[in-house]
Amino acid sequence: MAKQIYTKYEMAKYLRKEALPTALCPGCGGGTVLNAFANAIDQLKIDPRDLVVVSGIGCSAWIASPYFLADTLHTTHGRAIAFATGVKVGLPDKKVVVISGDGDLAGIGGNHLIHAARRNIDITVILVNNFIYGMTGGQVAPTTPFGAITTTTPYRNIEHPLKIAETVASAGASYVARWTTFHVYQLIESIKKALTVKGFSLVEVVSQCPVQFGRRNRMKTPAEMLRWFSKNSIPISKAKNMSPEELEGKIIIGEFVSREKPEFTEELNKLIDEVAQYHSLGGEDAD
Amino acid sequence: MIIRGDEPEQIGLLKRLYPKGNYFMQGDEAIAYGALFAGCRFYAGYPITPASEIAETMARELPKLKGYYIQMEDEIGSIAAVVGASWTGLKSMTATSGPGFSLMQENLGYAVFTETPLVLVDVQRSGPSTGQATKGAQGDFFQARWGTHGDHPIIAVSPTSVEDSFWETIRAFNLSEKFRIPVILLADGIIGHTREQIRIPDPEEVEIVYRKLPANEEEAKYPFGDVHGDLIPPMPLFGNGYFTHVTGSTHKENGLRDVYTPEVHDRLVRRLHKKIEAHEKEIQKWEEYYTDDAEILLVSWGVSARPSLGAVIEARKKGIRAGLIVPKTVHPFPGKRIKELSKKAHTILVPEMNLGQMILEVQRFIREEVPVIGVNKIGGVPLTVEEILKEIESSAERSRHRSAD
Repeated sequence: MAKQIYTKYEMAKYLRKEALPTALCPGCGGGTVLNAFANAIDQLKIDPRDLVVVSGIGCSAWIASPYFLADTLHTTHGRAIAFATGVKVGLPDKKVVVISGDGDLAGIGGNHLIHAARRNIDITVILVNNFIYGMTGGQVAPTTPFGAITTTTPYRNIEHPLKIAETVASAGASYVARWTTFHVYQLIESIKKALTVKGFSLVEVVSQCPVQFGRRNRMKTPAEMLRWFSKNSIPISKAKNMSPEELEGKIIIGEFVSREKPEFTEELNKLIDEVAQYHSLGGEDAD
Repeated sequence: MIIRGDEPEQIGLLKRLYPKGNYFMQGDEAIAYGALFAGCRFYAGYPITPASEIAETMARELPKLKGYYIQMEDEIGSIAAVVGASWTGLKSMTATSGPGFSLMQENLGYAVFTETPLVLVDVQRSGPSTGQATKGAQGDFFQARWGTHGDHPIIAVSPTSVEDSFWETIRAFNLSEKFRIPVILLADGIIGHTREQIRIPDPEEVEIVYRKLPANEEEAKYPFGDVHGDLIPPMPLFGNGYFTHVTGSTHKENGLRDVYTPEVHDRLVRRLHKKIEAHEKEIQKWEEYYTDDAEILLVSWGVSARPSLGAVIEARKKGIRAGLIVPKTVHPFPGKRIKELSKKAHTILVPEMNLGQMILEVQRFIREEVPVIGVNKIGGVPLTVEEILKEIESSAERSRHRSAD
């Protein structure tokens, strides 16, 4: 018997019905992210025809691609931002959004992430950080907390997690924020801001994976993970006055960076106009 | 919906910027100019010897034609950006050499599976690994064919001179647009860095092909469906409100993923193969010299085709009936024609700058009927006329002995 699909919810109009139900596990934070994204699009009144969503490989790559009803490009592992770069150059007037996971964007795709931030290309990245490689079976990720248990760190993780938001902020992005799936309304506001800001923007969403991460780390229900997020989150304003020891294992939330700087596709088109103008004036014949 | 690069003003710009006439340039530059004439308006790349001059020329010339140049952080990102740009309707290209080509293989497979038109130039250099980074070679024949994983068709073309580089690049774009497939231009470092005279034509003399777009909303719903019965689906470009879904996973005709139904995968992969097989005649191209009565048939490609022709001419002067066939499309390989020619020949020689790669394709078609002998040279220095002539002469000698027995 076919599964019942609940389509009465207003945001369902943004979803590709024929692709439902989603492949996400029960209790996954991915649904919250998709919902927050749909709400942000709705509140900003962005026409989905003006949207291209790009993603890579893994659970979080599925959040909007294929489910969001827009042009969607589901790419190879780690390369979503590089694909999106070509899309944005070709369609500078459209909103280009990358939604993918921490392993995809910050692990294998880390190089593209920092260089897109440096370039400050107008792409909005929603990076879903669930501390784990979920779809491949719960292996250690570049974001797995020190000491955590995963299928490839069965004794404990002896590596230190990458601070994604901090890294991207220092790489030169225009806008960087971090929230958890517990902070839904703040998350929607940040996604809205990221979509509006001209330049590279990153919203890191710390999200629960009860099935692959929580279960092995004494938080087997989604609610337990959300409680952990709520208890462990420190607003960035407060974190500024805390020592590194006090911040160990905490999740710093809030806006890290919000600044204006020249954007890549705009600069590229400006440069093209200048060069083309020079040549249409017969600049080459003059020298 | 437009394919950028086909605006009427572009013809005027091309004429004014690169007036018809004779130029003196490198093979790499000729590839870049060929791309500009073919309508390429997006280039993403990463520097690598001996392909960097293509990037440098594109960086300088593309803005004049309102095209985009980006230097990406690596080769993987370069081909990824090219795929992304192609889905927005820009004719797109990247260029690299051996190690960079290896890095591009995964996304090349993505482009094959998502039927994304693009041109990937591999200016072959000596390998494996870093090898002799500045030296030319012909060692990527099979990397072009089988570098990415899975069952898939590919088109690869290979130029033999600087002027040929210009025209083969245009042909690569045309094939790519027509058949919605990434096309590889297998150039090499020697022609890439050789300077020769080339004739730049009027833009009107150049036949340009643009990809097929969906005629209506209904066709746009099947970005991977054979809606016209020619195995080539029209391509609904991003940004036109079609809500197209493109994925590197096995997908149905509407683009949505289905990795569980064996028939869906079978149908898709077989169509991709058939698309190329059914149009082989249009895709294949080769040149023949003195093949009518050739007893010794040379099969050579790219840079090695030139000393091969020299050797054939010298052999003819000595009364040896030698002939040459040069595949310009190296994949799919024109094996049937070579088989036909082999019926008159007592020996087949395959000169190439590797230890024997294209020779395997020749042997696949010829089997044991005629001896197939490689004339191979590695080390970064091209084969000479004398080296190839020596092999022709000893083959002629051996044949005389055989007929005397």
